[in-house]
Amino acid sequence: MSKVKNKKFVNKFFLYIILILGAITMVVPFLWMISSSLKLNKDIFNFPIRWIPQNPRWSNYKEAWQAAGFTRVYLNTFMVAISVTLLQLITCSMSAYSFAKLRYKMRDKLFLGYLATLMVPFQVIMIPQFLIIKNLRLSDSLLALILIGAFSPFGVFLLRQFFITIPDEILEAARIDGASEIRIYSTIIMPLCKPALASLAIFSFVFSWNDFLGPLIYLSSPEKRTIQLAIRTFQTINGTDFALVMAAAVCATLPIIIIYLFAQKYFIEGIAMTGGK
Amino acid sequence: MESNNQIIKNKKNNINKNETIWGYLFILPNFIGFLIFTLLPVLAAFLMSFTSWDGFNDINIIGIKNYLMAFKDERFVDSFVNTLYFTIGSVPLTIILAMAIAIALNKKIKGINAFRAVYFLPYISSVVAVAVVFQALYNPEFGPINSVLHAIGVANPPRWLSSTTWALPSVIVMSVWKSAGYYMVMFLAGLQGIPTYLYEAADLDGCSNWQKFKTITLPMLSPTTFFVTIMCIINSFKIFDQIYVMTQGGPGTSTSVLVYNIYYEAFQKYNFGYASAQAFIFFLLILVVTLIQFRGQQKWVNY
Repeated sequence: MSKVKNKKFVNKFFLYIILILGAITMVVPFLWMISSSLKLNKDIFNFPIRWIPQNPRWSNYKEAWQAAGFTRVYLNTFMVAISVTLLQLITCSMSAYSFAKLRYKMRDKLFLGYLATLMVPFQVIMIPQFLIIKNLRLSDSLLALILIGAFSPFGVFLLRQFFITIPDEILEAARIDGASEIRIYSTIIMPLCKPALASLAIFSFVFSWNDFLGPLIYLSSPEKRTIQLAIRTFQTINGTDFALVMAAAVCATLPIIIIYLFAQKYFIEGIAMTGGK
Repeated sequence: MESNNQIIKNKKNNINKNETIWGYLFILPNFIGFLIFTLLPVLAAFLMSFTSWDGFNDINIIGIKNYLMAFKDERFVDSFVNTLYFTIGSVPLTIILAMAIAIALNKKIKGINAFRAVYFLPYISSVVAVAVVFQALYNPEFGPINSVLHAIGVANPPRWLSSTTWALPSVIVMSVWKSAGYYMVMFLAGLQGIPTYLYEAADLDGCSNWQKFKTITLPMLSPTTFFVTIMCIINSFKIFDQIYVMTQGGPGTSTSVLVYNIYYEAFQKYNFGYASAQAFIFFLLILVVTLIQFRGQQKWVNY
């Protein structure tokens, strides 16, 4: 019997080793990023790698912050991300409620239209979107980014799938009691769907924060830049100051990692929701 | 006096009318935005691909010339081929890695949440940040990767992002590293749907781990695997950010991919019509894969 027990122990041991090695692989680039951000540019590529720098140059962060105008950049990125998230939460949940629970003639055809455009990737429509924005005189504006991001059909799809699972009886009972649709929406539906709303909020925020192609196309003035654009400030024709680039990269990634550590559950559940067909 | 039936019918009609109004009112905010910023562009993209337009001067309708030109354009063909190369290189690796990690994490081991958090970390971090880090790691003269290779005696390590042969594989490795965690989460969800009594029965029959994997895990996981594979393929077609930051499509056109070329033609050469045609070919590629998903789901997903 102990032979079997030993085998099980050995198997588990190897499993742990492999998992830990894999975890290290996942984390090493981040560690390198942080470690390099605290060094002098000329020391970054010293080999063997010194993981903990002798004199951590916290001043790199100050320098990067000032040179790239990070206060403004953070503000820009945050404003866009929050606006997109709020608009998504409100307008998508309203549409989703309508598509899921209200009955009218064109409902399913309209929803099919949403579904169909879901298949068309952003990269296909980015050119006409750009021209529409240009004609609305919104080029080089954060508002352009907000408008483009706020009306993605994905949020409507995600929430509608969730709303469908709410039993009709609750809504019928409320209607018989004389509640208006607005009341039903705000006092019954929304509280019931907190997990789905939380997941959508997180997806929207993170996606907007990490968005690169959008800002690349629409923003040209330096003071309107978002954080993903700002990382590359230090890659000039005169050469790259890797230390400052790494500091900027850390600044760009840290907020999302913090959100992630606190809201892990909603990330994971949101993905499982989209995957579990 | 109206009959009762009539009264009920009238009430129902009023309710229906009421619901219809609310139905439309509720979708209105999102629908207006959707119309202007999604639906309209979809239609316009298609129409624009038949024109030559630089966004300023007049629109010239030139029919399918853009499409014909695309297939004779070396840059476009290279981009198309590179995109397929990238997909074939990254998708199997990503799927296998994601499945393996998910299976490993699905056993009852301590710290599963911490592990899951760590494996998912690369996915949520900024692509640009990760790309600049990898760019530094891959640096042919000073980067840590080549320093390690030198140290263990490799005389002339590859020049990674500066080499036409190694640039795309380098991007593939970085992309697999970044996205495996995302698909791992989906596989985990799929694995948790497999009833444990199947494994217990297999244990009673004395099946080996490999047999259990082949006859229980793989088949029961097939819907998830199928869905994940299609998603991975479509996402790999869309790759852009890493290419822009790490290689700008180079050296030469060895890492130029479809989206990068579309971006280049539209926003650097201002050939909006031509770029739209390329974008639509890109869309057709995705459409074909999506249709295969719908069909294949019925044929190949088996329990």
